[in-house]
Amino acid sequence: MILKKSESFKNLKNFTINFGPQHPAAHGVLRLILELDGELVKYADAHIGLLHRGTEKLIENKTFLQALPYFDRLDYVSMMAQEHTYSLAIETLGNIVVPIRAKYIRVLFLEITRILNHLLAVGCHAMDVGAMTPFLWAFEEREKLMEFYERVSGARMHAAFIRPGGISTDLPFGLLDDIFLFISQFSLRLDEMEEMLTSNRIWKERLVSIGVVSSKKSLSWGFSGVMLRGSGIPWDLRKSQPYEIYSDLDFDIIVGSSGDCYDRYLIRMEEMRQSINLINQVINKIPTGEIKLSNSKMSPPSRSEFKISMEALINHFKYHSEGFILTSGETYTATEAPKGEFGIYLLANNSEKPYRCKIKAPGFAHLQFLNDMCKNHLIADVVTIIGTQDIVFGEIDR
Amino acid sequence: MLKQIYLIKKSLTSSFFENFALIIPTLSYSNLKNVEFTLIIDQLDLIKVLNTLKKHINFQYNSLSCISGVDFLKTKYRFLVSYEVLSTIYNLRLRIKVFINDFSILESSVPIYINGNWWEREIWDMFGIFFTHHPDLRRILTDYGFEGYPLRKDFPLFGYTELRYDNSQKLIVFENVNLSQEFRVFNYENSW
Repeated sequence: MILKKSESFKNLKNFTINFGPQHPAAHGVLRLILELDGELVKYADAHIGLLHRGTEKLIENKTFLQALPYFDRLDYVSMMAQEHTYSLAIETLGNIVVPIRAKYIRVLFLEITRILNHLLAVGCHAMDVGAMTPFLWAFEEREKLMEFYERVSGARMHAAFIRPGGISTDLPFGLLDDIFLFISQFSLRLDEMEEMLTSNRIWKERLVSIGVVSSKKSLSWGFSGVMLRGSGIPWDLRKSQPYEIYSDLDFDIIVGSSGDCYDRYLIRMEEMRQSINLINQVINKIPTGEIKLSNSKMSPPSRSEFKISMEALINHFKYHSEGFILTSGETYTATEAPKGEFGIYLLANNSEKPYRCKIKAPGFAHLQFLNDMCKNHLIADVVTIIGTQDIVFGEIDR
Repeated sequence: MLKQIYLIKKSLTSSFFENFALIIPTLSYSNLKNVEFTLIIDQLDLIKVLNTLKKHINFQYNSLSCISGVDFLKTKYRFLVSYEVLSTIYNLRLRIKVFINDFSILESSVPIYINGNWWEREIWDMFGIFFTHHPDLRRILTDYGFEGYPLRKDFPLFGYTELRYDNSQKLIVFENVNLSQEFRVFNYENSW
């Protein structure tokens, strides 16, 4: 029997699978279409937008102040970092100078937010890779931090605490003492997590030299934050383009060397230690004084004031119903959010509503590179890479 | 005090770039706080300008932060596409603005800034601005099979269709939006 040559070859086709949108390791609603060769990923096509809520469109239909709470709901693990960026953009357009005590309180909560975000990033990353315990420890600490959120704003997560012109209320009595108690025990908690992970053989086997990004590529793909520093570029907006009082505080930029997932994990751990240090400096230096503007057109009067003053009551009502007007102008304001450069491109046109508010989310730029990072890695490494990018769909889909 | 410095050029000459390139290295972030540079250019010059800004030794705008679109309804140039670029070498940002009308198309920036890919897809999705030579111009944020461009100013806030689960058909069905209460817009005339 003679076999025809064409029959002796099987026509092979790559296997294509859906990863998500309801996969627990996809950090939300990421739909990846993976083209596989055996267990190797050849091509990853990310379908995003499953959490698209039209935030930018909604903001155009709200007053400047009413739009603020949307920013808590973008990246829902680093809430205050985003409302801060938005407030900064409004302050840039309105030429508002914030009282110094408000700046300190802002930085205090920005650093608390950074710890909050990195704890979730490292904890969930560890759980995706297979280590359950650090996740539970991280969430225990997150709970304490969210209690601080609750004590200043009444909400555990969606705080709407940082407002244009300052912050909404002054710190309650005894909060700084409790934050000090927290940071004095927190570095021990970090040590415990590091003992579990840093030299753990399984952890290292799963992370070292996985998802390597060269410094050249990280810049050309528009990376920012930990992803950029992991590739060895010392770029931190808190240092290079300082805002609030970061230029008066002493901290280091943590830079990786090999650009792999393990480096980025180490950077996140070290950044949390830097944040502890920053919080400590803020607690020691914080001055007394005003916490928001005294200009009643741009910020509401205090509660005690509007109970005795007619004008204050009118101002309060007008401020919260009509809002305030910003003269025409545009700004691109970017800050170092825990995930990277979070930017707002805000256009005002002499009205109480923003004409356009473009939100530049750091995760959007990072997720774009997922295909190149995953190429020729195993499926299980895709989970590691999504974890190391610290993807949160609230900000990517907007 | 926010200061905007606009450089408006209808036709770009090489001498303009040379002069501009000479001043960039002398600037530093600390004395430019609250100053934003904007370059308004013609749509035909876009790729040339981006290329120069990225590769010229005195610019080195090596990272594209984002591309945003704006809709100015009822104006001659309806859309604005603005590119935010960042130079980590000189620590400077620059905004490049291109105004285009309803029917014009833009050249894709992907050959120069590779991460322009998704930003341009987003603008195509939200505003319907077409980018030529884009490698993969699909919708990105809206649903599969979505019609219309949501961030245009003439697109209503509540959209045209809504979807719900129909229990009798055991299906998710699309329907035209039916508002049980009139949509209210609070436009205060009095400004104080």
